[in-house]
Amino acid sequence: MQIARVIGDVVTTVKDENLSGIKLLVLQPLDPDGKASGRTLVAVDAVGAGVGETVFFVRGKEASFPFHPTEVPADAGIVGIVDHWDVER
Amino acid sequence: MILARIVGTVVATRKDPRLVSNKLLVARPMDPQGKAEGNYLVAVDTVDAGVGETVLIVSGSSARMASGMKDCPVDAAIVGIVDHVEVTPGQ
Repeated sequence: MQIARVIGDVVTTVKDENLSGIKLLVLQPLDPDGKASGRTLVAVDAVGAGVGETVFFVRGKEASFPFHPTEVPADAGIVGIVDHWDVER
Repeated sequence: MILARIVGTVVATRKDPRLVSNKLLVARPMDPQGKAEGNYLVAVDTVDAGVGETVLIVSGSSARMASGMKDCPVDAAIVGIVDHVEVTPGQ
């Protein structure tokens, strides 16, 4: 899993039927200092996250597991909202 | 998933039988602001997208979970046509 900040949302009308009703959010992965690191991506939201929050997300087929048994075609999914995090150096 | 713009089509006569009657499109990944980034890729279209549209592409084994793609040899599938992306300034 990786930590990211939610920076936006995506609106789609025409989409795979198994994506209906699922929120799509734009994520910016973060480095241990909380700075942006790497490319932005779009993830499905399984926990009710919103723009501005820090979250952690899974990549790969596991992104669809929170929606089981629906086979959601997603390769990134938010599975938790981070309250706070510390990195010791 | 990634955002991408459709920039072309692919025509293939000889292909895996499970790809027959699927539309293949060339996509250019982009950032939420619309700036192109990364390499072009070929994705199978499940939502009837067209050249010039912004789409949502799912990659890897998850692409096989797109509608009608079960057991198909694909690693990128277009699963949505994007109306708009809203990025909150300062985030």
